[in-house]
Amino acid sequence: MLRKLLIGTALASGFAFAAHAEDVKEVQMLHWWTSGGEAAALNVLKQDLAKEGYAWKDVPVAGGGGDPAMVALKAMVAAGNPPTASQMLGYTALDYAAAGKMGDITAIAVKEGWDKVVPAALQKFTVYDGKWVAVPVNVHSVNWLWINKAVMDKIGGTEPKTFDDLIALLDKAKAAGVIPLALGGQNWQEATMFDSVVLSTGGPEFYKKAFNDLDDASLKSDTMKKSFDNLAKLVTYVDPNFSGRDWNLATAMVIKGDALVQVMGDWAKGEFHAANKTPGTDFLCYRFPGTDGSVVYNSDVFGMFDVSDDRKAAQAALATATLSKSFQAAFNVVKGSVPARTDVPDTDFDACGKKGIADLKAANEKGTLFGSLAQGYGAPPAIANAYKDVVTKFVHGQIKTSDEAVTELVKAIDDAK
Amino acid sequence: MSTVATSQIKLTPEHARPRASVRSRLQDALPKIVLAPSFAITIIFVYGFILWTIYLSFTNSKTFPSYVITGSRAYRRLWGWTFDTDPPSSWYTSITNMGIFGFLYIFICLALGLFLAILLDQKIRGEGVLRPIYLYPMALSFIVTGVAWKWFLDPGLGLEQTLHQWGWTSFHFDWIKNKDFVIYTVVIAGVWQASGFIMAMFLAGLRGIDGEIMKAAQIDGATTFQLYRRIVIPLLRPIFLSAFIVLAHLAIKSYDLVVALTSGGPGGSAWLPSNFMYEYTFKRNEMAVGSASAVIMLMTIVAIIVPYLYSELREKPR
Repeated sequence: MLRKLLIGTALASGFAFAAHAEDVKEVQMLHWWTSGGEAAALNVLKQDLAKEGYAWKDVPVAGGGGDPAMVALKAMVAAGNPPTASQMLGYTALDYAAAGKMGDITAIAVKEGWDKVVPAALQKFTVYDGKWVAVPVNVHSVNWLWINKAVMDKIGGTEPKTFDDLIALLDKAKAAGVIPLALGGQNWQEATMFDSVVLSTGGPEFYKKAFNDLDDASLKSDTMKKSFDNLAKLVTYVDPNFSGRDWNLATAMVIKGDALVQVMGDWAKGEFHAANKTPGTDFLCYRFPGTDGSVVYNSDVFGMFDVSDDRKAAQAALATATLSKSFQAAFNVVKGSVPARTDVPDTDFDACGKKGIADLKAANEKGTLFGSLAQGYGAPPAIANAYKDVVTKFVHGQIKTSDEAVTELVKAIDDAK
Repeated sequence: MSTVATSQIKLTPEHARPRASVRSRLQDALPKIVLAPSFAITIIFVYGFILWTIYLSFTNSKTFPSYVITGSRAYRRLWGWTFDTDPPSSWYTSITNMGIFGFLYIFICLALGLFLAILLDQKIRGEGVLRPIYLYPMALSFIVTGVAWKWFLDPGLGLEQTLHQWGWTSFHFDWIKNKDFVIYTVVIAGVWQASGFIMAMFLAGLRGIDGEIMKAAQIDGATTFQLYRRIVIPLLRPIFLSAFIVLAHLAIKSYDLVVALTSGGPGGSAWLPSNFMYEYTFKRNEMAVGSASAVIMLMTIVAIIVPYLYSELREKPR
């Protein structure tokens, strides 16, 4: 027993020593893309780095998923042992930068000309105090409808252009005995749908004022009240068993034809692909009616930590490879998102991806690219979660009227500021 | 024994004494040396971190701990939320759920545990098989219990669906999807898990009761009901107390059951204070508010444990 223990310790310290000796040529990466398509997509990056002679080392996180990873990361950084880079969402990179934990990759950004090709709205989450601290990997957008084409044909529906069209379409599905709207009753899914409803009801200007600038007057306006009324209308079309359902189960309902439509971000496309469905013939992707021309986004970034000098070369290689056109194309084709730079050719993408790329480019030029509040890109987490609270309480009936919802929303956001 | 020992001491030569006293001193100190690491670890990781949490609750900590004392804003916010009943604030939901869950969970577990123990104590055949069956749920983690009951109670998958397929189509049981009843499903799963363990505690207590007392009562003409009400249950008082303490702390620290069973419930209606604490500390980056709620949970536990310890320690000297 004791001998085994001794050998084990010796081996472990041997490994630790070896790891230190190789540090210079190694990228330590904390991420939770460990399953299926996402892991395969990330392999492209591993291979790109291997070609340049950098080994890839995953930082393991028990449990998987974003929350445990972020808790683990907090501990690693607090212990003064940050990984080379970490997958991050929303304001996380900026929080770490404010705490003085992030590195500075501005030199690479200037050399590669990132500020011209990465959409300005996205740079808000990668640049802190004039310095690049993170690299965007992809851009997801949330204002999509995912529709089962067979069901659509059966009920004779066409693409809804306005919110009223959508309601008419849902009525048709209801009459045909199909669940009209597939929704998972978890707060982030309800709030993600509400992002689209607000954009559709109030238009791009209103969305920006209310959900990015947190303008008080807009938040308590009649338009916001109308948005809640519209949300209430949509919720009447879900099945009674929707509460607590996971998003991918809701997507599965659309894939199987049990339900007509789901309002969800473009990660839902991954589920369609996994079920061997093709856009145009098996399923349809439309922008949420009344939001065409605007994109409500969220984005994964790789945050670059302040590492010791002998690890900076590996970090630079990782940053460059992540934003290279070839990786951006290869990764995002699989992930269902669109590239985080606007000059990547769309040849490899499917119809939905091509539309997504064109929309992103147009929205970037018109200034109608907005952070999703539900996904934590409109405001810091305290506010985003206060918002989700209000939306989910409205959907499930703790908040009874749209008047009350607006009052609560203003109160909750003020409280969390 | 003692005479031998005394004679040995008398026989010990003068010069050997210091050596023996080093050894005996070492022997005296050994338990302390062995206990020191775990004692130090407990001091730091339990009491140290309790103090740290209390300290953090008075700061403006957000994503990371901050050490600037900024007053009791976190407590004032919690206090404000305590009276936000319509629509219910998350904190109000958490503490009312704690009340409902804590009361029903403890009460039903005690009642059911006692009832099962009395039944099993009737010298029935096959007790050796029955006892582990009731006790087994306690061996499962809350996550397993939660997921299993989630499937069982889901109207689209479990009980309701099955009964519909068997033809009882008017059967309706959707508490797990209902914001007003979801907390009771947590009670159901919790009771299922813990009542067997409580039964085992009571069974041990029942076995410890002197048969003579029972016989004497029966000779005096006591009915079975009177026997249990006047004699057995009063004699089980210490077991009640221990079972209550076990259940109370299980109830207050319940977190995983709510997450696995309801993932928070419709509109967050199944939250308990521990869910509130995790959510605010780690997801909303409001560490001060999270710490404050943790301190309030601790005070609740202290309010239960201290009177218990007091009564226990007071009885000892008698």
